[in-house]
Amino acid sequence: MTREPIYGVMAEFDNPTDLVHAAQGAFDAGYRKMDTYTPYPLEEAAEAIGAHHNRVPLITLMGALLGMIGGYSLEYWVSAINYPINAGGKPFHSWPAFIPVTFECAVLGASLAAVFGMLALNGLPQPYHPVFNSPNFVRASRDRFFLCIESQDPRFSVSDTRRLLEGFHPLEISEVPY
Amino acid sequence: MANIELEEDIDVLPPKGVRPPVIAPGHDLGTVTDRIAGIVLTKHTPLFWFGIVALAFAIFGMLNTAIAYLFFQGTGIWGINIPIGWGFAIVNFVWWIGIGHAGTLISAILLLFKQSWRTSINRFAEAMTIFAVMQAGLFPLVHTGRPWLAFYWLFPLPLTMGVWPQFRSPLIWDVFAVSTYFTVSFLFWGIGLIPDFANLRDSAKTMVVKRIYGLLAMGWRGSARHWNRYETAYMLLAGLATPLVLSVHSVVSLDFAVAVVPGWHTTFFPPYFVAGAIYSGFAMVLILAIPFRYLYHMQDFITLRHLQNCAKLMLTTGMIVSYSYMFEMFIGWYSQDKYELAMVNNRLHGPYSLFYYFLIFCNIITPQSLWFNRVRSSPPALFLVSCIIQCGMWLERFVIVVMSLQRDFIPSSWGMYWPTKWDWMTLVGTMGFFTLLFFLFIRFMPAISIFEIRALLPQSKVKE
Repeated sequence: MTREPIYGVMAEFDNPTDLVHAAQGAFDAGYRKMDTYTPYPLEEAAEAIGAHHNRVPLITLMGALLGMIGGYSLEYWVSAINYPINAGGKPFHSWPAFIPVTFECAVLGASLAAVFGMLALNGLPQPYHPVFNSPNFVRASRDRFFLCIESQDPRFSVSDTRRLLEGFHPLEISEVPY
Repeated sequence: MANIELEEDIDVLPPKGVRPPVIAPGHDLGTVTDRIAGIVLTKHTPLFWFGIVALAFAIFGMLNTAIAYLFFQGTGIWGINIPIGWGFAIVNFVWWIGIGHAGTLISAILLLFKQSWRTSINRFAEAMTIFAVMQAGLFPLVHTGRPWLAFYWLFPLPLTMGVWPQFRSPLIWDVFAVSTYFTVSFLFWGIGLIPDFANLRDSAKTMVVKRIYGLLAMGWRGSARHWNRYETAYMLLAGLATPLVLSVHSVVSLDFAVAVVPGWHTTFFPPYFVAGAIYSGFAMVLILAIPFRYLYHMQDFITLRHLQNCAKLMLTTGMIVSYSYMFEMFIGWYSQDKYELAMVNNRLHGPYSLFYYFLIFCNIITPQSLWFNRVRSSPPALFLVSCIIQCGMWLERFVIVVMSLQRDFIPSSWGMYWPTKWDWMTLVGTMGFFTLLFFLFIRFMPAISIFEIRALLPQSKVKE
């Protein structure tokens, strides 16, 4: 596969409504490899580019199960197998007393999985990304809204994509180098 | 960050029947960013910051002295004795961990209930939680006398002796509950900070600052796919932190309730402790928020609305706590158990009864002033009420710990407990440590969540 000389074409907007409109338009025109960059979470933008679902809940559930099973097994193994001690005449496998620690371990596993799963799926930490080459992109974390159509998309061509984006009246359009 | 306009510092009460706004009108995406990030990125650190940090650092030094002497000499330097083996260390532990609970309530529970006003105060309330849990964790650790050995009996670590922690004991549940609570609070706070670090990275003027915040931001670029997963993870963490926070103080209360000591052995301790924790936590939120908004001119973001809402939550939890006090006495009488009756009598007429009456004044009588809108709308009055409640909540733990241990079943084993100067130095020292951490946080991290405030602005919504 030949690599396009640029990462993509970036359009800059000053309000969320225009951005969502443009993202929707690009999606309807058949583009799929694109992303929006906003200073706060914008559900409509994710919807417009077709990012509906993610696997964070599944990973979190697996973390919860792992923590739960791990916590309970530890307690069982320690109290009933490895070093059973008769404490107050309670059975070695006194499961009701093992529930609080099992619960805490499940929450711990789920939380670690949610955070690190989210970071892993997002590919963070990432020391370098081409979108930062785009002029004015520092305002993506402040008050500007960006839409980038990537050169990896099969429909991408610098002139056509640029023309499409111009139709949405952005403040500025720029080519993003690698 | 050049032209930050300083608004009037006087709180204007809106006309009767109109509630103050969550964010003062007239802000846009740029101004909220500049105002909040300006605290961190400014070249001119305010003088009062140096003063407060210097004082807090000195008190932190006192804490270190007290702990160093403790390690050198042993827990005999404290006022604890037999029968009162749980003195200040446990009182302070329960007090500090309770303070943390309001932070999680604000950041997790109010998020699930879609209370958008929480946005201005959640970041520093979460920081408060982390710093308070740090102080709390210090006490069980140092009360072992030799904390470097404590890990072997607190955590299930393989030893040559082959012994393990006793998993049927609430004290071990506590280790797991508190360490999980700290970790989850830290994660919650940490992921909340990532987009704001990205903002500081992009607004920083110098290369060094840009690099530091760039590392912390981990390359965050605000992509829609990232935000989508981020929001999911954030909501899931809120859902996980909600039962967790309720479990933490419940487990703390079980340290007492599982014992047979009169005054401790009751089933209503878990809800009573959780309500008390949130009560003292909101008092601490107000104690921190009122000077913070005044010193840093943040009245636009932490408005009277926030103070009023915190006051209302304080009143609500205060009423639950008052009910618990009544119920505590009622159960003592209703059991007709002579030791429980003696405990009730000891509270009302015993050698520490003055503390009990002072507790009633602080925690039941004082918060009644919060029924009045004038008190709820006056920051100085709220600050005063919060300080009194904080004293009251500390006294509550003192009353529970000391007054029950002091006189249990056999009169020959009764005793008295008075803290030594080392006890006081440790307690005051943790306050200094907490203040130090909090002001370092305000200076180097955005104390108000910038991206969440942006999302609250009317111009942030997508129009049809």
